[in-house]
Amino acid sequence: MDASTFFQNCVTGISLGSAYALIAIGYTMVYGILRLINFAHGDIFMMAGYFTIFAIVDFHMPWYIAIIFVIIATVLLGVAIERAAYKPLRESPRMSIMISAIGVSFLLENSATYLFSGLPRAFPELGFLQKVYHIGDISAPIVTFITPVVTIVILIALIYLVNHTKTGMAMRAASKDFEAAKLMGIEINHIITITFVIGCSLAAISAILYFSPRPMVYPFSGLMPGLKCFVAAVIGGIGNIPGAVVGGFIIGIAETFLVASFPSLSGYSDAFTFVLLIIMLLFRPTGLLGEKIAEKV
Amino acid sequence: MKKISLLLVVVLLVAVFATGCGGTKEAATDKVIKIGVFEPLTGENGGGGKQEVDGMTYANTVKPTATINGEEYKIELVVSDNQSDKTVAVTAANYLIDQGVVAVLGSYGSGVSIAAGEVFAGAKIPAMAASATNPQVTNTNDWYYRVCFLDPFQGTVVANYAVQNGAKTAAVITQLGDDYSTGLGNFFMDAFKKLTNNEDSIVATQTFQQNQADFNAILQNVKAANPDVLFAPSSITTAPLIIKQARALGITCPIMGGDTWENVSIIENAGKDAEGIILSTFFDAGLADSSKVAKDFVDGFSKAYYTPVPAVSALGYDAYMVMIDAIERAGATDGPSIQAALNATNGFEGVTGSITFDKFGDAQKNMAVIKTVKDGQFVFVKAVTIK
Repeated sequence: MDASTFFQNCVTGISLGSAYALIAIGYTMVYGILRLINFAHGDIFMMAGYFTIFAIVDFHMPWYIAIIFVIIATVLLGVAIERAAYKPLRESPRMSIMISAIGVSFLLENSATYLFSGLPRAFPELGFLQKVYHIGDISAPIVTFITPVVTIVILIALIYLVNHTKTGMAMRAASKDFEAAKLMGIEINHIITITFVIGCSLAAISAILYFSPRPMVYPFSGLMPGLKCFVAAVIGGIGNIPGAVVGGFIIGIAETFLVASFPSLSGYSDAFTFVLLIIMLLFRPTGLLGEKIAEKV
Repeated sequence: MKKISLLLVVVLLVAVFATGCGGTKEAATDKVIKIGVFEPLTGENGGGGKQEVDGMTYANTVKPTATINGEEYKIELVVSDNQSDKTVAVTAANYLIDQGVVAVLGSYGSGVSIAAGEVFAGAKIPAMAASATNPQVTNTNDWYYRVCFLDPFQGTVVANYAVQNGAKTAAVITQLGDDYSTGLGNFFMDAFKKLTNNEDSIVATQTFQQNQADFNAILQNVKAANPDVLFAPSSITTAPLIIKQARALGITCPIMGGDTWENVSIIENAGKDAEGIILSTFFDAGLADSSKVAKDFVDGFSKAYYTPVPAVSALGYDAYMVMIDAIERAGATDGPSIQAALNATNGFEGVTGSITFDKFGDAQKNMAVIKTVKDGQFVFVKAVTIK
């Protein structure tokens, strides 16, 4: 592998990893507060892709307004799902709410097939994002270079929010002990809503960044990225925000370099992600940055 | 909240039952014969499948009845969506058999046809593939026929064109587990090695998964190998992603594909990056002037549906016509009689050329069309005939 190939692969891997990281944060935050693996998260990401298409292709919005529209629409969808499918089950065993999440995932996929047809739709160009940019031998759309920057900025903002604001304190309290936090007068429903708002807006941003260089959306678009980002969250230590970002980067970069180093295995990059998950669960089930917590039964 | 949820559940249940019941039709009268249309309307091949069905539906309006032993029967098309999925394909095929079809047309995409082949053979129902080009569709199946050319032929045509235009090395990208893509890729590689007299002329072979969206890593390998052409037989869904990402990565060599690529959605989705792609296909409306059947079809189809006329629509039309012709000649609607009549088909004049089936059930076609994209349009380059 010569230098330019190596750097090109780095750019590709880091960019893919940052898009994964944004989705993984959504998984990890919801898990941190609710102890729920929100299996519908990948499908919310897919819906955000469709919202972008509607905004730009069907409603002819300028791209900067479209981005805001997509974030708002995705957040509304996510919060509505939380209210309708998760909130009524809050007192039920944890298994029920997880199965409800799987149900929501199927509901979203099949409604999308029914409403938007199973045919893939082209993802529109957003402003300058898809313009190809060259540095020496390396060439990629601008969005590829922007994605890691956006991810890092969002990560810093989130760490600040969690550690230095009142809402963040309430979030940490809720994730430590749900019941005690309630007794201390924390509006638990309010905190959960905020968590979903953040998770879904990140899914929306990620959808825009992910689909721009891979411009095709269909009802099962969210399936693979959703699963991979769940793996990313687990690898980083589920419940831990920087961990999710680290996990996302690891998967994105590892996947790219696997294909680059072993071209004959190029069809098996997905399988590799899940092998990584199995190894992680065998040797360090709490993830790279996760803390060891005794499970309360 | 609870009441609203309850109401929602009730509404959903009613909706499920309503759609469930909508599918059933009243019992058929005895003057109707049913022909199954086994095609993908959703999934990665949904776009192409739709065009093929349009060709069949149009043929049904041109020839809505069949005369069997002096009695006139109305022909009803029963469409079953195989969702471009090999597992669903078997279910979709069984559905058609339950509906009592006497013959089947389709499918677009070789993989689903191979998967469902045994179902049709088991029920002794003849099937006529329109654009499934993999040899395995018909080779081991006495009940499957086809009206198009085969991948060994198509691979040779594309390799020939590449070599004639000065290519000395090639890279090939195929889809893992897809019979069409893998098969065509292999036939291209064989032909290319033979034509260049160089065992090492294929400088990169890469595979990808169904529904994969990111091709940067494998395209980077292609870029590093620096081939003269890139051959990437793939579905309509995947092709624009490969083309766009290849150009964004700075791969400048010609990108070539197979018959699936002749679809406007590739130009729409790949935009200006689609300029200059090269593909082989079955038919070109520009060649229609030489034959009255072809001219009538192109005029009629463009008026009823859209232009330019896709090659797969022409094949869908031919599949319907040759099947109805065989049923009329058989004078019966049981499988073995239709099969015998199909085997006896000799020089049936179709839109895409004369049709005679060989011992495998393949129409003997020796002409393919090379097209490219120029100014957002598919443009005819040349017709290639290989004896």
